[in-house]
Amino acid sequence: MSRPGRDDAPDRLYTLTGGRSRSAPDTPFDLVTLVVAECDPVPGMQSEHTAILRLCARPTAVVEVAAELGLPVSITRILLSDLLAAGRVSARHPRKAVHNGIPDPDILEQVLVGLRNL
Amino acid sequence: MDSATSDARAPLGATADNGLKIVVVGGFGVGKTTMVRSVSEIRPLNTEETMTQAGESVDDISEVRGKTATTVAFDFGRISLDTRNVLYLFGAPGQERFWFLWDRLFSGTLGAVVLVDTRRIDDSWYAIDRLEHHGTPFIVACNDFGGHPHTPQQIREALDLDPHVPLVDCDARSRESSKRVLITLVEHIQSLYAAKGAGGAEAAEPVEELIR
Repeated sequence: MSRPGRDDAPDRLYTLTGGRSRSAPDTPFDLVTLVVAECDPVPGMQSEHTAILRLCARPTAVVEVAAELGLPVSITRILLSDLLAAGRVSARHPRKAVHNGIPDPDILEQVLVGLRNL
Repeated sequence: MDSATSDARAPLGATADNGLKIVVVGGFGVGKTTMVRSVSEIRPLNTEETMTQAGESVDDISEVRGKTATTVAFDFGRISLDTRNVLYLFGAPGQERFWFLWDRLFSGTLGAVVLVDTRRIDDSWYAIDRLEHHGTPFIVACNDFGGHPHTPQQIREALDLDPHVPLVDCDARSRESSKRVLITLVEHIQSLYAAKGAGGAEAAEPVEELIR
């Protein structure tokens, strides 16, 4: 099984992100934020951006994007931040935050119903 | 649902808009990936995260290239619960370095399943300690490897497990069994919430306190 990123030279990863190792301090992307492409890839676009836009034709979680691209999550977040800033993707963030382990009771009930229906 | 085609990707519905997380924590070979696979609608995928142990304030590439970088690999699967909610199930290693990344990866997680091999109970103690530290609700599921049977009381004592934390047996290979484990976890979280009652607004209180 390939371990994405592990055997890559770090230089390659930093090149992908223009030398940045982190996205903005308040990066909005959770592991399970669902990303949706808002446009088609255009010629000349960075190949990772093209791949993301294709992947996200339907809602796709950040962690799925990372796995499909074979890139660490942190690098994927930076790429997604760029696309979000450019209006090329939209982000559907997890709806209800869990505060100290106490999530919204309606969400919990929906999870239970969904699991029981599996 | 097994896909007969070679296309491993099963896109979500266009209306999906709420991702949820549950983490399965356990030592190497305990069956985390097996459990994820048994309930996932996609073939489990693998990715990794890297971070310096110095933490969030480090923003200098020269630092990141240094020797303190922590890399953890984890796998995950997916369950579409309804047209909007999508549950992601993460299999996470319990080893020490992993916990440096817990907040970054799994903040906001609903809860955790500590998967235990009863032949190697001691491997799980650290994970339980860390989950309590992070205030993450969890249950303990013993994967059936056909070893020497332990009584629940023996396992509780070995893990120093609080009496209110559910302890269940499971067969991680079985979809029904794994589904039952997840339902037990969510019901446990519900009961924690109910215990908090109408006073749920003061959410600053650690869950750990509620369990004890």
